[in-house]
Amino acid sequence: MNPFRFAAPQAFYPLAGAMVPWFGGAAALLAVVGLVIGFVLAPTDFQQGEVYRIIFIHVPSAWMAMFIYLVMAGYALLTLVMRARLSGMMARALAPTGALMAAISLWTGAVWGKPTWGTWWVWDARLTSTLILLFLYLGYVALVTAIEDPQRGDRAGALLLLVGVVNIPVIYFSVRWWNTLHQGASVSLTAAPTMAATMLAGMLVMSLAAWMYTIAAALHRVRSIILERERHTRWVRALAG
Amino acid sequence: MSELGTLGWALARDLKLALRRPGDGLNVLGFFVLSCSMFPLAVGPQREWLARIGPGVIWVAALLAVMLALPRLFEHDHADGTLDAMVASGRSLPLLVAGKLVAAWLVTGLPLIVVSPLLALAFSLPDGMLPVLLAALLLGTPVLLGIGAVAAALTLGVKAGPTLVALLCLPLYVPVLVFGAGAVEAGAAGLSPYPHLALLAAGMLAVALAAPPLAAQALRISVE
Repeated sequence: MNPFRFAAPQAFYPLAGAMVPWFGGAAALLAVVGLVIGFVLAPTDFQQGEVYRIIFIHVPSAWMAMFIYLVMAGYALLTLVMRARLSGMMARALAPTGALMAAISLWTGAVWGKPTWGTWWVWDARLTSTLILLFLYLGYVALVTAIEDPQRGDRAGALLLLVGVVNIPVIYFSVRWWNTLHQGASVSLTAAPTMAATMLAGMLVMSLAAWMYTIAAALHRVRSIILERERHTRWVRALAG
Repeated sequence: MSELGTLGWALARDLKLALRRPGDGLNVLGFFVLSCSMFPLAVGPQREWLARIGPGVIWVAALLAVMLALPRLFEHDHADGTLDAMVASGRSLPLLVAGKLVAAWLVTGLPLIVVSPLLALAFSLPDGMLPVLLAALLLGTPVLLGIGAVAAALTLGVKAGPTLVALLCLPLYVPVLVFGAGAVEAGAAGLSPYPHLALLAAGMLAVALAAPPLAAQALRISVE
């Protein structure tokens, strides 16, 4: 079977519909497991006390906020180079979830910062660049919704995403570039993690839950976009009955 | 026509148009000076405060002033069909855009730099910081214009165009602002401003190479 068949919206629509419950169910299951590990099994941090437990939501959402933008940039490349219609729709479908993740990571960061640093907000490099990431998401959404012709909107948004993606490494390496209040990264691939194994497990399970949720939400959203975009075609009319 | 001729033609044409309508460039300059003058009225006339916030205020005002000029970059050419002719002409669209950008910088960017010594005086900037401010503006304003050209091209003919340009540009302007104002701050703190200026120069070279083809691509998306 030709896998590129599913690049056609008409073929992708039922496939996405079949996948949504699986990814959604996996997200719910993993979130329950992750929250139990994070809020019940993980030990209390000897420095920060119970307040550190917000990282089980904060870190996965911050990772997703950065990663979703990269995925959208990947779809942007497909839109501009291959002129694949579905990839523009996928980028649109991912954008609200990306903005949501950035907002959650900023909000949970503020909630953590108040008891730990004594302030809701500091103009630290990582906080600031996450805020800018949120603005980049909002700018993308504003641009693609302001342009009436959907094809032009997809391609204009794609170009904007590729310009904006240079911002992602700035976010990630800003910790090293500016030496500020924000604590350095505590998980890295080269050195042993400085946190307890249960904490790490909880965070990784919660990250997987965030992945599954993102996929389910994006697939669900892209189905609506496909229906709206293809409403004049015969197959959508047949579907509507 | 040679490559340089294409660029020169667009540059000469836009300069001629700007000279026939000098109001456009002067409005941007007026906005820059006026918005800077609002700050002492808002925060008080103490010299130490003004010297402290001066570089940042001048930079934010410059950034907003450049942004104000962006919608006009392609608007007239789009409205009277010149843009369609440019796209269809077979000439290199990136070079035509580059010519337009150089003209736009001469009309809007350069005047800001020329009046900024007066603003430095008004904000009692520390002695010796003026060359740093001028160098930073000289390197930074083309970056603002280059990034802005892409946003202006993407939003061409869109109803919410001008406000949308602000939403698209400002997040991308952050590094320019940080290094531009940072150069003067570093200098005032007794540190070397050269790392900031070097990063600005690198940004300018990258934008000089990338902005014309990207803006040309954006124009194609908008016009097609």
